[in-house]
Amino acid sequence: MTNVTAAGHHRPLPTSSPTLPAGPPALAPALEHSDLERSDVWTDDMVFRAGIPMYDVPFVSVGGGMGSFVAVDYLRVAGGVPASDIRVLSNISRPWQTYEYLTRVSQLPRHRRIRSDSASRPGNLWGFPSYALQEAVQDKTLKPLVQVLLEPVFADFYTPLLGNVLNGMEREAGRIGYWDMLVQGEVRTVRRRAGGGYFTVLVPRLGQGGQGGQGGLAGPIAYRSRDVHVAVGYSGLRFLPELQRFREQMNDYHHVVNGYENHEHVYEALRRRPGTVIVRGSGIVTSAVLDRLIRDRKQYGSQTQIVHVLRNYVAGRHGPHPWSRRKGRDGYAYQGFNYPKSAWGGQLKARMRRREGGDLVQAYNQIEGTTTPWRRHWQRGLHEARRGGWYRAETGTFADLTLDGDMVVGRLQGPDGEQEVRADYVIDCTGLDGDVAEHRVLRDLLEHGGARRNPLGRLDVERSFELRGAGSGVGRLYVTGAASYGGYFPGVDTFLGLQISAQEVTDDIARRGYCRRMGPARSAIEWLRWARGRQI
Amino acid sequence: MVPTVFGRIQTRLFLLAIVGGALTALITPILPAGGPMAQRYQTTFIVLAAVAVIGVAWEVIYHFIMQWRWEKDWPTVFGLLTLVPEGLVVWALATRRLLPGLPGPVTTAVFVIHFLAVWMLVWMVGNGPMRVPFIRWRFRGGRLW
Repeated sequence: MTNVTAAGHHRPLPTSSPTLPAGPPALAPALEHSDLERSDVWTDDMVFRAGIPMYDVPFVSVGGGMGSFVAVDYLRVAGGVPASDIRVLSNISRPWQTYEYLTRVSQLPRHRRIRSDSASRPGNLWGFPSYALQEAVQDKTLKPLVQVLLEPVFADFYTPLLGNVLNGMEREAGRIGYWDMLVQGEVRTVRRRAGGGYFTVLVPRLGQGGQGGQGGLAGPIAYRSRDVHVAVGYSGLRFLPELQRFREQMNDYHHVVNGYENHEHVYEALRRRPGTVIVRGSGIVTSAVLDRLIRDRKQYGSQTQIVHVLRNYVAGRHGPHPWSRRKGRDGYAYQGFNYPKSAWGGQLKARMRRREGGDLVQAYNQIEGTTTPWRRHWQRGLHEARRGGWYRAETGTFADLTLDGDMVVGRLQGPDGEQEVRADYVIDCTGLDGDVAEHRVLRDLLEHGGARRNPLGRLDVERSFELRGAGSGVGRLYVTGAASYGGYFPGVDTFLGLQISAQEVTDDIARRGYCRRMGPARSAIEWLRWARGRQI
Repeated sequence: MVPTVFGRIQTRLFLLAIVGGALTALITPILPAGGPMAQRYQTTFIVLAAVAVIGVAWEVIYHFIMQWRWEKDWPTVFGLLTLVPEGLVVWALATRRLLPGLPGPVTTAVFVIHFLAVWMLVWMVGNGPMRVPFIRWRFRGGRLW
């Protein structure tokens, strides 16, 4: 697997599919140079003549990660759609696979707590019982319940253990027959079908029942569906330009790493000998990485020096007026979750839903900025580190980074001028690559599918998450998750956000007459089934 | 809770009517009050109605206070603490017989038991099983319709 694609500062996230054919073109050999590649709209005849077997299923979800799981869960439970009417096309084998990988490498193993609310339960549409209640019953302790009673004023926000979240998802996956709906392989493209609906072309993983092709390659197959749902997540890691330049020019992927890739070698090295590490960023990954460094130093006595470089140093409460002021201190902006809490159903959600164009962009600007949660035990660690003199925060950005022997040397440009910083390692915690053009399927939707970009650069979707401009006859294409960020709902790339999106999609499909709409009575019944673990 | 102003009001009225009404109907006979049953029921339901109607004004005040919070959330514990000012106001009005339609005097003991019972149950239902029948409610700021 290559580290850097031709596109530049982009490294694909790993999949567990070593058997897939390597280095494919945009469409598999059977489709290349054909009229299929060029055409926005395909007829059944075109697909037939290309020798691609067709499978009919009313609803297809592309992605197979958290977004697909939540959407399909909603369709099955609330929409009453049978499992035989849904297929999830995925290059991973479990919906939480990528999520678990990313949390693990960014210092969040299963026994730690994620940044998510107690009632945001993928795998439970109702958010009841909350994770706090479940943990209290499971562990026979009142502590989680006391915390959700007192949060956030008299206690930190309660957040669930990653392990509990994933276990709950696994239970629900079994209950809704997710494994029967899953088809593994690489999705090449989604195109509109003449007469309505869509074709989704998949190159199946070998051994998944795809047609045998030449030389052991599985040939592409096409799913013919009325609706398509796309939730493909992030296409890869994002690096700051100066850090990416260092990696490419020095061909060095050892000294400069990303918080979202496996960088265990850094912690191992720092345990063995004294060293300096630069940490770049100010969000949740930064906090988790710093916490690991601080804990390691305390546990193993390693003489680690931490230089925390922040582009913008947030010194105190910040905001345009008293009703719009966020907490800040020591360089960080503090916020319980990824967005202000009312983004998931309160004032902010209602306000942004009503806005358009420039007003909507302005609303995004008002809540922008990287934030991290305030956690008392994290604050204690940082306080100790500051007092001990082995943690310092610097404001600025790196003009460039070079290698001097085994040390990374950076020219840091800050408000007080330039200074040189030397370190053994640099950990870039600034995030994942959300550029929609970096993902094959999304780029194809922009080029052939009628999709447009929204003012924030991602895909333009309706309030129902229907992809604007991509309708096909009676069929609709829905996009949820990270790719839909910038629309009427800001919290798309979160657990609860995926459920909110899934609810909008399901309600839209119900409005169009293709599934049921869940009212109070059926909701209570379905909840009882969930509680009893009844397969549906 | 992340309420909008209309959501708060709708949720309060709904919960007080359904949950509060049901509980009131159940416990009125066992409250330490004297007098004919019809009178007792009239008393407790008038008090319930007062909590609801005056509560609409309180919700507007809470909405205003909430604006100072960045998250625009109404912490769970606030939903408990507000029983104090709300209870005091209704208690003062009830015991001084200032509520329209009260058939007789209201003792503090009766008021406290009734008010606390309804408040606690409404608070628990609103923070828990309310999400089960109403799956869109929490995403709409507490609006039920």
